[in-house]
Amino acid sequence: MSGNHAIGEAAVRAGCRFYFGYPITPQNEMTEYMARRLNEIEGGVFIQAESELAAINMVIGASMAGARVMTSSSSPGISLKQEGISFLCAMELPAVIVNMTRGGPGLGNIAPAQSDYFQATRGGGHGDYRTIVLAPSSVQELADLTMEAFNLADKYRIPTVILGDGMLGQMMEPVEFPDGEMQKPPPKDWTITGARGRPSRFIRSLLLDPAVEEEHNWKLARKYERIAAKEVRYEAYRLEDAKMVVVSFGTAARIAKGAIKRLREQGLKVGLLRPITLWPFPEIVLKDLAKRIGHFLVYEMNAGQMVEDVRLALEGRAEIFFYGRPGGVVITPLEMSRVITSKYYQKGLG
Amino acid sequence: MLIKTVFSGFGGQGVLMMGYLLAAAGMQEGKNVTYLPSYGAEVRGGTANCTVSISDDEIASPVASEPEYIVVMNKPSLIRFQNQVQSGGIIFLNANLVDMKPVRGDIEVCEVPANDLALKIGTDKAANMIMLGAFIKKTGLVSLETLKVVLKDVFTTKNPQLLELNEKALWEGFTYLEQGRQADASKADIS
Repeated sequence: MSGNHAIGEAAVRAGCRFYFGYPITPQNEMTEYMARRLNEIEGGVFIQAESELAAINMVIGASMAGARVMTSSSSPGISLKQEGISFLCAMELPAVIVNMTRGGPGLGNIAPAQSDYFQATRGGGHGDYRTIVLAPSSVQELADLTMEAFNLADKYRIPTVILGDGMLGQMMEPVEFPDGEMQKPPPKDWTITGARGRPSRFIRSLLLDPAVEEEHNWKLARKYERIAAKEVRYEAYRLEDAKMVVVSFGTAARIAKGAIKRLREQGLKVGLLRPITLWPFPEIVLKDLAKRIGHFLVYEMNAGQMVEDVRLALEGRAEIFFYGRPGGVVITPLEMSRVITSKYYQKGLG
Repeated sequence: MLIKTVFSGFGGQGVLMMGYLLAAAGMQEGKNVTYLPSYGAEVRGGTANCTVSISDDEIASPVASEPEYIVVMNKPSLIRFQNQVQSGGIIFLNANLVDMKPVRGDIEVCEVPANDLALKIGTDKAANMIMLGAFIKKTGLVSLETLKVVLKDVFTTKNPQLLELNEKALWEGFTYLEQGRQADASKADIS
């Protein structure tokens, strides 16, 4: 199954019955899949909106009514959706937003890149907010994390972003979906579904009184703190005796892992830390690693974004190197292993 | 054991289909597989390629540094990929459309006149299946039986009339190498 199809199927199984999208490569297969799949299912609604802006506002509407809802796009389209994502955060509305990132800025190209790390992890739109950001690195994980994204979004009433790229979207790998019935959206006591027989509810993002807005901001900040404390996910590979840690996410982590497998066969003690949640970022794990490991190599398919989070986490406790290939360039594990090897020996670790 | 194969050729030759069938057959046999198509603004007549990894263990990178096997359906693909195949690896050449030989001496070259063989059974559109049949005969990556099962799955939904032709083409390619005619053919077709 291709990655784009896997996300679509996982969303349906997670109880998503509303999908609003606008075509853009390299995620069109997902839109195509949802068009067919939601049509087969009772209550399924698929709309190809007139623009990205319309799509994200449709997401807001469905979410307000309590539905599990998803939209997907790629970098330039996600930029257009940022206003809506800010509104979702302000109004504490759950939604799943998939970004199959491409090379940027501007229209860029359609090749796999990780150029939207900042945009995804720093909020991206206006205002003081965060979104949960999940970074899968296999088709199975795309499926698993899509289902998880809906649960996290509902649990914290927060939009959750899945950050992939064209390689993950187009690649095919075997996928297993969990047995059992389709999930249903959990009961929610805040939705706007008509006030007959109950008091009215309000969901809004305009809070003119600064004192009220401040309290709302602190409420959101406390929520982000709870998420940061509880929801960090990462994969640790061969770190037990590592002298150097490669930090990579998504597609880059697959390539780095391939390189590390090669280098381990040659006796180099290298491991991989792969953040699965980009926000919240696995800071504490990195801090702990820095107690016994002095060298970190960050490899990203951009000109250096996550490396800033690694610096913030390590606070000068270890030496950090960066290897970046922006613009949609996908390197081979062999090239990556050369990068690691040269740093490894330069630093006298071998 | 991790084996990576790159299939390459013109868009329209069914290069992605070859890779997809191999990956699906590998999955059917309980192995770990990844299928990575090249994509971009692809057009018919442009270049197409895909990378298939098959392994008993977890596959780290779906991107191949030095594939064990390369299947070359046209000349530009040979120029592009011949230096990537690992030492001791095999290049499968479509002898009808590639009129040059790999310059490397450290690899094995397996030539199959895929278009001629396909024409023999009716249409050279089936050249990809001829090549795939020969490929699995030579490499033993998956069994012919599994591949037939997968082929049936794919074509039953896609285009049932073409199933028989494709099965025939697979068999033709498979037995071509079996009969040990490869040496003669390469003499005849490659100057």
